[in-house]
Amino acid sequence: MRPKRPVSLVIGAALVGLVVAAALVSLVWTPHDYEAIDVAQRFLPPSAEHWLGTDQFGRDVVSQLMAGARSSVAIAFVAVLLGGVVGSLMGLVAASAGGLVEDAVMRLTDFSLAFPALLFAIMLGALFGPSFANAVVAIAFISVPVFARVVRGAALQVRSQDYVLAARAGARTPAHILWDHVVPNVLPAITVLATIEFAIAILVEAALSYLGLGVQPPTPSWGRMLAQAQTLLYLAPQLAIYPGLCIMIAVLGFNMLGDGLRDAADPRLTEGR
Amino acid sequence: MTRFFLRRSAGFVATLFGVSFVVFWVMNVVPGDPALVILGIDSTPEAQEALRRLLGLDQPFALRYLAWLAGMLVGDFGTSYAFRVPVADLIVERLPLTLSLAMTGMTVTIVLALGLGVLAAANHNRPVDWSVMLVSQVGIAVPAFWLSILLVIIFAVHLRWLPPGGFPGWSDPLGAARALVLPTIALAAVQSAVLARVVRASLLEVARLDFVRTARASGLARSRILWLHMLPNALVPIVTIVGMQFANVLTGTIVIENVFSLPGLGRLVFQAISNRDLPLVQALVVLFATIVVVMNFLVDIAYGVIDPKLRPAA
Repeated sequence: MRPKRPVSLVIGAALVGLVVAAALVSLVWTPHDYEAIDVAQRFLPPSAEHWLGTDQFGRDVVSQLMAGARSSVAIAFVAVLLGGVVGSLMGLVAASAGGLVEDAVMRLTDFSLAFPALLFAIMLGALFGPSFANAVVAIAFISVPVFARVVRGAALQVRSQDYVLAARAGARTPAHILWDHVVPNVLPAITVLATIEFAIAILVEAALSYLGLGVQPPTPSWGRMLAQAQTLLYLAPQLAIYPGLCIMIAVLGFNMLGDGLRDAADPRLTEGR
Repeated sequence: MTRFFLRRSAGFVATLFGVSFVVFWVMNVVPGDPALVILGIDSTPEAQEALRRLLGLDQPFALRYLAWLAGMLVGDFGTSYAFRVPVADLIVERLPLTLSLAMTGMTVTIVLALGLGVLAAANHNRPVDWSVMLVSQVGIAVPAFWLSILLVIIFAVHLRWLPPGGFPGWSDPLGAARALVLPTIALAAVQSAVLARVVRASLLEVARLDFVRTARASGLARSRILWLHMLPNALVPIVTIVGMQFANVLTGTIVIENVFSLPGLGRLVFQAISNRDLPLVQALVVLFATIVVVMNFLVDIAYGVIDPKLRPAA
């Protein structure tokens, strides 16, 4: 969609803003108490009181969705931060050290790419029981090799530039070069990747909590709302629509924001696509 | 080519060893004492000791690992704690369903993605292209399990064309096929959205090359150029993504089997987790990871076949 290039940045930022705002606002305010059960008010249609109606326990759907956004964003944020820091450090070390260290790091990333995230989460779930922490570790684990590879590639590119050569000729220490020249120049690549990994993290978190391997009740999550709604498809199919829409909006937002940022950071990358 | 093949094979075997070791280590050392995990912390020390001896946990770690590995090579995956039958039997019983689902899912993905990708590339920068890109952008953001639920609402709850889940068994071929339609679509839709974008992008990359201009100048039909000249030359990135997607589809079956209550390996993994059935979880994780590693290996070999330039110099 080349002619509309800035559009993806704007739409992406708007969707991400919406999701993050919902998550933040839910910390201090939701239209109703998202845990308040009121059996007399079950399966209400949308109204001024309950914007999207109520669920099988009479809980307000909008309030639950907002609290669900909080779970999704929190897990994705911590996981991407963890995976991003560990992976980027591995990539930087590999690119700076070269030789055996670089080989070892790259073999390690090859190897961890053979482990799908879901399998890893299943292993953790089997051992320690499902929890917030397990979901974070499993999601961080899959993003580490991706960060390591991309950052190594970007760092190698920066290190071949003339200004790094000049710094070396000026007898700056390797640590100095790394911190002053390499790190600032690979930051855009890290930012773009982090945005895209955020989208993946939200998808994986939703699948994990759908399967019961993510955050545990009573903390609401989009995935578990869907799992519960699935048992009520003949009674209240609408309950299976909203949480999925939220996941889609969040993932679409982060993907488009990532695409937009990449174009802004380096237009050459999308040339001809 | 032989040298290339041998080098790749060595890496492949090393990865398999690594995977099996990590899984065994994580499942056997990280949780502490499996006997304690199974019996719970308020069990008597005597009971724990007896179970430990029963499970062979009094042997050294290296010995246990080698015994497990040797056992798997002859088809002995251990005995399930919960089902009390050989793990191999459980796997053999459920493997056909998971593999058929993965295969049909992958086939539909490739057919759909090639069709859409070629269609978009042939109509570059026109409304058809934009619609394919828009649909695929949205498609990538849809979780497969949500799409499954939507398909069930439409085709099972409202139209009543297909069952909402469950599996009648292979003895009822028509019923089995009907039971697999919605799961296959759910698996393939998201993956083909990703793949269609790759097909389109790599075709557009090739479209700028000289041989395409020559083919056009010599008056060949557009569709002939697209399918017979451009597509074979655009295959490398496509094959890469297909290989990676096979892993996604395979782990996708874990989720999809749970959505549609299909009795395959994915459901088995979940039963194993809720039962804390460590030998079963361990065997299934190794099995899934092995299939993924085998696929990656085949993709590596395929590169050499598609593009001789990618073979390392002998």
